[in-house]
Amino acid sequence: MTARVLLIEDEPNITEAIRFILSRDGCDVTALADGTGALEAVRQVRPDLVILDLMLPGISGLDILSQLRADPATRGLPVMMLTAKGQGRDREAAERAGADHFMTKPFSNDDMRAAVRALTQG
Amino acid sequence: MPQGNSAPLLTGSLIRERRLALGLRQGDVAQAIGISASYLNLIEHNKRKIGADVLEKLAQVLGTEVASLSEGAGGALIDDLRAAAATVAGVRAELERIEDFAGRFPGWAEVLAAQHRRAAQLERAVGALNDRLTHDPYLSASLHDVLSALSSVRSTAAILADTEDIDPDWRARFHRNLHQDSERLAAGAEALVAYLDGSDTPMEQGFASPQEEVEAWLAGRGWQLAELEAPDGQALLQAEVAGLASAAARKLAGAFLDQAAHEARLLPEVALRRAWERGEDDPAQIAAQVGLPVLAVMRRMALMPGVQAGLVICDASGTLLFRKPLDGFALPRYGAACPLWPLFAALARPMTPIAQRIEAAGRATRPFRTLSICETRLPMGFAGPALREAGMLIMPDAVPARGDAVLVLGSSCRICPREACPARREPSILAEASAQ
Repeated sequence: MTARVLLIEDEPNITEAIRFILSRDGCDVTALADGTGALEAVRQVRPDLVILDLMLPGISGLDILSQLRADPATRGLPVMMLTAKGQGRDREAAERAGADHFMTKPFSNDDMRAAVRALTQG
Repeated sequence: MPQGNSAPLLTGSLIRERRLALGLRQGDVAQAIGISASYLNLIEHNKRKIGADVLEKLAQVLGTEVASLSEGAGGALIDDLRAAAATVAGVRAELERIEDFAGRFPGWAEVLAAQHRRAAQLERAVGALNDRLTHDPYLSASLHDVLSALSSVRSTAAILADTEDIDPDWRARFHRNLHQDSERLAAGAEALVAYLDGSDTPMEQGFASPQEEVEAWLAGRGWQLAELEAPDGQALLQAEVAGLASAAARKLAGAFLDQAAHEARLLPEVALRRAWERGEDDPAQIAAQVGLPVLAVMRRMALMPGVQAGLVICDASGTLLFRKPLDGFALPRYGAACPLWPLFAALARPMTPIAQRIEAAGRATRPFRTLSICETRLPMGFAGPALREAGMLIMPDAVPARGDAVLVLGSSCRICPREACPARREPSILAEASAQ
């Protein structure tokens, strides 16, 4: 089965790298550069996994996560948060809001692949 | 402990210090006031208490005020020693012998006080650095940028290294991304280094706030801005302000300078001094004559060369915005001031002048008279908030006659000896010491 991944990340080069490695693993990756159209994209793409950067322009990753968890249709959707070192407090808030996994930047490609596999095959 | 009409033992050290500074011989001074050189020697070494009449004659010969010999720098030193004692938990310093200690070992007392000041500065610097790392939005955003670029570099480099069959177009694209990210990383790292370098100096000096740095600058100039009396004086001072270590302090000092220059133009020192010499030292009266706010005249008076006057100014929250100390009247270096200050009474009643004689609690201190007033500004007109600012001018006073209303107050609760004060916020180290 091809896993559909919605990647919401404002750094285009990170997006390109993640898209490349996950595509080679057989994932179908849709990318968004900011969080404003996130909920609409979730409805259209119906992803198996959302990879969400914590610090986004417009609306924060934390707010998107809260909205996903508040909607019965997306309450159980696996969400991986991309965080940077030093965002301890935000990470705690994301944990409370129901994030399934955290990937700390800078991450290794192997860790990213393994986490995506675990979250989409569960 | 010295009590009654006699001055504290520490007075001897102050007399000796003053005499040596003037280059006078002990024998000559003793002869001038009609006592023996050996007796003066005992006084100077704090081995004899000194009567009020001898002290007055000595002050005359040494060209100074009685108060500055009986208190002066000693008061500040003793406040520092008390504060030092307050910081070490579990050790009972002999606070009842503090003046004795400072008198007998003035050098060691200065060392202890200086160490305490340094430790307090460093503690505040550490606190400020910690705060900066946690809350500084610039630092947080810069680190995030660097980590993002690094993240992209790591991931992209691994793709290039690990993917043998990579398409040439993808390869070229990833090379371009690597180049872009490495440039971003270099710029980000440089900006961070410049930022952290630039903030080293004020941190190391222990200025936890820009206000403190500005006050240190003013104190270094003896709280005088005489240059402002000349037409191009402000430019000279602006050059000094440009040398302040932190950007925030430069901005604050620049604004203060603009205000002081404006007030100096409207009330030149010559005019203020003329009024002063006529005995007109009521800032409200002068303000009415020249059409300036009372607080502005208070500032002019406090910054006038040769005038003994302290000044504190606070905003509506009671936060002290300006602190010019006066010998014998300690101002809290940081933390909250004594709530009994007439300054705060004025804050609660805008445009109501409060003239109040005060005395610092505890030691036999000299009296002061204070003039306080709160003014309101409307920088945004009726639509915006009304901003209150209160000022308290502190001047030395003659000994009050019996029956004069004198308010006894302190600097801050922690080092105030007035145990039963109804306004006390926290226990005093002096009370804690006597309870042990």
